[in-house]
Amino acid sequence: MAGPRITVVGASLAGLRTAEALKAALPQAQLTLIGDEPHAPYNRPPLSKDVMESFAGGDADETEAFGKLLLRSKLTPEDVSIRLGVAATGFENAGVRLADGSLVRSDWVIAATGIRPRRLPLPGNEDIRHVLRRFDDARALAPMLQPGKRLAVIGAGFIGCEIAATARKLGLHVTIVEPGPQPMMRALGPRVAAAMAALHRRHGVTLLTGRMVEAFQPGRVILDNGKEIEADVIVEALGSLPNTEWLAGSGADLSDGVLVDDTMRAIGAPNLLAVGDIARFANPLFDDVPRRVEHWCIPGFTAKRAAQTIAALEAGDTPEPGFSPLPSFWSDQYGMRVQAFGAPALAETQTVVEGDLSQIGEAPVIVEYARDGALTGVIGLGAPPALIAKHRARLMAALTPKETA
Amino acid sequence: MKVHVNMDICLLHGQCVIAAPEIFSFDDSGDLHWVEVIDDSQVADAEAASDACPEQAIILG
Repeated sequence: MAGPRITVVGASLAGLRTAEALKAALPQAQLTLIGDEPHAPYNRPPLSKDVMESFAGGDADETEAFGKLLLRSKLTPEDVSIRLGVAATGFENAGVRLADGSLVRSDWVIAATGIRPRRLPLPGNEDIRHVLRRFDDARALAPMLQPGKRLAVIGAGFIGCEIAATARKLGLHVTIVEPGPQPMMRALGPRVAAAMAALHRRHGVTLLTGRMVEAFQPGRVILDNGKEIEADVIVEALGSLPNTEWLAGSGADLSDGVLVDDTMRAIGAPNLLAVGDIARFANPLFDDVPRRVEHWCIPGFTAKRAAQTIAALEAGDTPEPGFSPLPSFWSDQYGMRVQAFGAPALAETQTVVEGDLSQIGEAPVIVEYARDGALTGVIGLGAPPALIAKHRARLMAALTPKETA
Repeated sequence: MKVHVNMDICLLHGQCVIAAPEIFSFDDSGDLHWVEVIDDSQVADAEAASDACPEQAIILG
């Protein structure tokens, strides 16, 4: 008997890992993987760092550079039908409608369409304004990063800060404009964010916080205090928007990504699941508030969970309850690794337990994050792996899944 | 199954140590060590570690 028709929309890390997990859990499934990019699934984190650097230097062969990013997979063409370069435009009872008008008939649909960069709704300087999310974005931006050029980065999140660090290494003059009081403040909290601001300034970045962009004029960024920044290249790094428009009318809650239960099934759309950056789920390690989590580790966790769910339902079983993955993320800036475990963003207090934040980038620092007196996360700054592992183990012991209401 | 880590591309994220602590470990000086030949019961852990590696530095074969 033929297995269920399962369509995974989004051919990146989350989509690929989901297809692999489905193949392992349901060998008879008829799998289709759809991606709007022309590229086979690839790894994005190096785009703002190594890839950018090697492209900018002009010493990278594009095919070879992409080859390093390409995600290795055991899936064969017999295992999964892969359709690249075509976007999904609609979710219908019968399946997924594609931009070329065709319908991929599906018993199950898994949304893995990820996010796209938010853009400033201001006209001007279109020829020098860039974003960074995809390989093609990196390919377009990198040749602009030449020594001596002036780069304006709008937004001091991780992507903006990593690009700034890479550009400083490449010899550009870099200005960051950030509306908030510190860079990466939401993810790192005020104390560590302030230390990161100092690190960027020490490396020669002009960091303007508490400032918004009011307008663009040719070769200039105009701020809300009237200050003008001259720029040869501009990067908009203002966070992301979930790619869920194609799911309009599906019945799912699309208010921020796709609201899913602890089995990755969309609330309100029984045959739809969501994984990766767009899945909004509660993590009982912390509380019962559903959140999207844009970390590299989440695709792997949610992919396996979604595959288990479909396999259980196809077998007539109920998926096992409970889904509480430990989030982790990292960022590399100026040769220093920021490595986080847990959910530092949920904390109210930060405590330095090893090192000294004034020594950031020079000596290891470990910071604990807590809410209501309970640990929610730990971050290592330039800390050796064995030291971080010790604190991660302590965090794991402190975090126990909480009963949801 | 044989396990190899390409140390030219490993950036010591430590995700393998988390995913498969019986195969991968750090010593006190922070160097990564791994079991080079594993038995069938450890293959799933090794594959999980390989998938969890952000640099795709783990080669199983």
